Amino acid sequence: MSAMDLDVAVIGGGPSGLAAATELRRLGVGRVVVLERFGVAGGIPRHCGHPPFGMREFRRVLTGPAYARRLVGTALAAGVEIRTRCTVTAIRPGGVLELATTDGAETLAAKRILLATGNRETTRAAALVPGLRPVGVMNTAALQSFLYEEGRSPFSRPVIVGSEMVAYSAVLSCRRHGIRPAAMVESRGRVQGPRFYALANRMFGVPLVTGAEIVAIEGKTRVTGLRLREASGAERRIDCDGVIFSGRFTPEAALARASGLALDAGTLGPEIDGAFRSSDPCVFVAGNVLHPVETAGYCWAEGRRIAGRIAADLAGEAPAAAPVPLTLGPGLRYAVPQRLVAGEGPVTLNLRAEGAAKGRLVLAEPSGRELAAASVSAAPEASLRLDVPALDVLPGQLVVRLDREG
Amino acid sequence: MAEADVDVAIIGAGVVGCAMARRFALEGAKVAVIEAGTDILSGASKANSAILHTGFDAPPGSLELGCMQAAYDEYMQIRAAMNLPVLETGAMVAAWTDEEEARLPDLLAQAHGNGVADAEIIGREAVLAREPQIAPGIRAALLVPREYLIDPWSAPLAYATQAKMLGARFLFGAPVTSAERAGGTWRLEAGGETVTARSVVNCAGNQGDRIEALLLGASRFEIRPRKGQFVVFDKASGALLRTILLPVPNDRTKGVVLTRTVFGNLLVGPTAEEQEDRDRPDVTRPELEALVAKAAELVPALAGMPVAAVYAGLRPATEQKDYRVHAVPEMGYYCAGGIRSTGLTAALGIARHVFALWDGAAVPPADPPVPVMPNLAEHLPRDWQAPGHDGIVCHCEMVTGREIRAALDSPLPPGDFGGLRRRTRCAMGRCQGFNCLARIATLSEGRLRAPIVPEDKA
Ligand SMILES: Cc1cc2nc3c(=O)[nH]c(=O)nc-3n(C[C@H](O)[C@H](O)[C@H](O)COP(=O)(O)OP(=O)(O)OC[C@H]3O[C@@H](n4cnc5c(N)ncnc54)[C@H](O)[C@@H]3O)c2cc1C
Ligand SMILES: Cc1cc2nc3c(=O)[nH]c(=O)nc-3n(C[C@H](O)[C@H](O)[C@H](O)COP(=O)(O)OP(=O)(O)OC[C@H]3O[C@@H](n4cnc5c(N)ncnc54)[C@H](O)[C@@H]3O)c2cc1C
Repeated sequence: MSAMDLDVAVIGGGPSGLAAATELRRLGVGRVVVLERFGVAGGIPRHCGHPPFGMREFRRVLTGPAYARRLVGTALAAGVEIRTRCTVTAIRPGGVLELATTDGAETLAAKRILLATGNRETTRAAALVPGLRPVGVMNTAALQSFLYEEGRSPFSRPVIVGSEMVAYSAVLSCRRHGIRPAAMVESRGRVQGPRFYALANRMFGVPLVTGAEIVAIEGKTRVTGLRLREASGAERRIDCDGVIFSGRFTPEAALARASGLALDAGTLGPEIDGAFRSSDPCVFVAGNVLHPVETAGYCWAEGRRIAGRIAADLAGEAPAAAPVPLTLGPGLRYAVPQRLVAGEGPVTLNLRAEGAAKGRLVLAEPSGRELAAASVSAAPEASLRLDVPALDVLPGQLVVRLDREG
Repeated sequence: MAEADVDVAIIGAGVVGCAMARRFALEGAKVAVIEAGTDILSGASKANSAILHTGFDAPPGSLELGCMQAAYDEYMQIRAAMNLPVLETGAMVAAWTDEEEARLPDLLAQAHGNGVADAEIIGREAVLAREPQIAPGIRAALLVPREYLIDPWSAPLAYATQAKMLGARFLFGAPVTSAERAGGTWRLEAGGETVTARSVVNCAGNQGDRIEALLLGASRFEIRPRKGQFVVFDKASGALLRTILLPVPNDRTKGVVLTRTVFGNLLVGPTAEEQEDRDRPDVTRPELEALVAKAAELVPALAGMPVAAVYAGLRPATEQKDYRVHAVPEMGYYCAGGIRSTGLTAALGIARHVFALWDGAAVPPADPPVPVMPNLAEHLPRDWQAPGHDGIVCHCEMVTGREIRAALDSPLPPGDFGGLRRRTRCAMGRCQGFNCLARIATLSEGRLRAPIVPEDKA
């Protein structure tokens, strides 16, 4: 395929990549191809066998797999090419991609690239969790893939580690398949979401243990238990035959990292400007590879928005000015985009704070002059938004800060 | 006198047992390998630094040195036919202080004395030219050009496979629990089976002293396990360092190494922690955190590098530094014990040495078959690069369905998930099975002695 054949190559066929590809076609962009490493496109929802998906996109409540099929169908109908079993192994400057396909290695070029590789949960290894390394330790995604794709249960009485929304997704998946979680263990002092989450623990009979640190995973061949040190300092053991490490999402950024795209220390995903452009001007970025973690609906909407930016870029609307980096105030984990460009229209910043956040979110010049502000009140692991109006002139530096209340 | 089942029963299928089985089978002996675990490499041999040592820092004149050097040569000789990789990295013993720098000449003299003639001391500029990412505080280094990296699992698997092709019998899930000798024959009970053998070779690693006591009534040595923990960084790290980075050693341990792997990662470890428990290679948070910090101290660009995997191994150390290799021919007993921290390298040499001690007789087969191993090393062509596979199953390590099936259909198929991982690299990468574990469970259903999903669930 010659370089000029393809207009946009989208890496990753999840909600964000499929939405962007579909919208690009609707905007009249000629050849758009989605490259997906799995045998089917659809992304993470493929194995989230539970509703609700699709409210924003299709105005109805779907299960993840039905939603994924619908995204694929819509993309194909819009004239998007989808290549499955096609892994991108490197992004080279100038829009050149190295691929691994069932025919071996291949090179492909496109005028613009959209990176939409999604995210994953932190593994037990990456979290440096102590103990033995028996079979039966996995992330929620693997559990869901066992249940919804392979039709089998990997265990019957696991412990769920973490209490973000996805931990409750794990509870639901378990309950539907006759698996009875022995406990939910959260190292921090409270559930990592709205406090009402804890009601679900009572409703489903999954005891919530907060402020507990894992001392060791036990089991020489298979998991036999989890040893904990509780907030009081007391040690206890929970017998179980599996451990589900849920949440603590991290971008699937290995490709971006290996390809030398600038990464953000806060998200660990690629750094972008207000037009979702990475440090390589040919490469745009969308979805949860940018911000661990948002819902499928959010990623879908983001993909659609970015399609507009890419179409404009293809039409020759070059960025007017050099990007200005954002500096984070204390207590903020990340802000996406990481850079703003003067004259590029309004932008919504997606931010996350350490723990719960209540107060005023401010974008300011170093002089202290406020450019945008909003009051926020959010549970831990909920994202914060700050609408930034179109700014024609920007100073050399920008600060985002959270002025906490109380 | 009843005819024995085999000439030699080898207890333990670690790297030493695998190499032993190969050597005896190549020499024409009838061999049985008896392993407690569900696969080969269930003990110390599943977790090491994967360095093929020259012996530059081994005790002069030791059996360890002799075995390592014989084995090094043999490995380099057989590896092409077996398709076993070597990553020619070289190693540097790095000096960071005046004191350490002052010790380099002694280490150089030892290396030269040990026959490693190409070792040399290089200055700061030369180190930095070779390794631009190394921390600027480096003073000098002892460069040992022929310290290499190998695939720590495919190599012993190749040895075992060759033994199997030559007719060796492998018993898994078979801990030897009783042993009796009568009429010049051993009768071993292992996992519900009885094996009779004229000779026994003890390759039981961390259980070596207990096996010796079981067979002889008492043991000449005592195992004192020494744990080594490791952290493996994600593949982007692989570009940051070429040469194996060793610290100036002390008496107890070679110290913490920062090295590439043939799989394209960087690895930091091992720790050296004495422990009582012979069967508990657990990882612990403070030690893992210290390793991560140490790595970033050596190569600052590693700060913030994602961790792909962590693991630990137990070195079968004893109260002495050297190996505990001895023979009691009148009892038909041979011991390759206490193979502490160089066994991956030395196994082929240890096997030759023990075979030379053996008092049995055998006729070597003509033209022995040679297994050709699937390549898992990143610097050589991988299966996914060859057309016609049916897709990638493990995306982090780029393992195809074809590779997984080939492993399951191989002469010595995996007995457990760990064994499948070691044969293919599936689920060994950054996502640790997030994407592929369930698929692998299905692909391997009914094929593993210890299945991924317990039988009552499948
Ligand atoms: C276990 C789990 C449960 C979740 N449950 C929910 C839920 O119930 N509701 C909800 O709204 N959100 C849920 N999420 C959040 C989920 O991330 C989003 O719903 C959504 O899938 C994000 O879309 P995306 O397009 O950014 O990425 P993804 O859906 O992750 O899609 C990325 C795609 O890129 C492909 N890819 C990656 N690298 C390459 C490469 N190098 N070459 C080719 N292809 C590549 C992947 O295979 C994947 O198909 C869950 C996430 C997880 C992990
Ligand atoms: C942290 C670490 C780093 C290392 N790095 C290197 C390196 O870079 N280079 C190098 O050359 N070497 C290295 N080594 C050393 C090397 O790994 C060991 O020397 C080697 O693995 C020892 O092998 P083994 O076969 O003697 O023992 P093992 O691998 O432990 O094998 C013994 C086997 O015997 C079996 N067994 C025990 N009891 C019984 C029984 N009753 N019945 C049946 N079977 C039984 C066990 O299940 C086990 O499989 C390292 C070791 C460690 C731990």
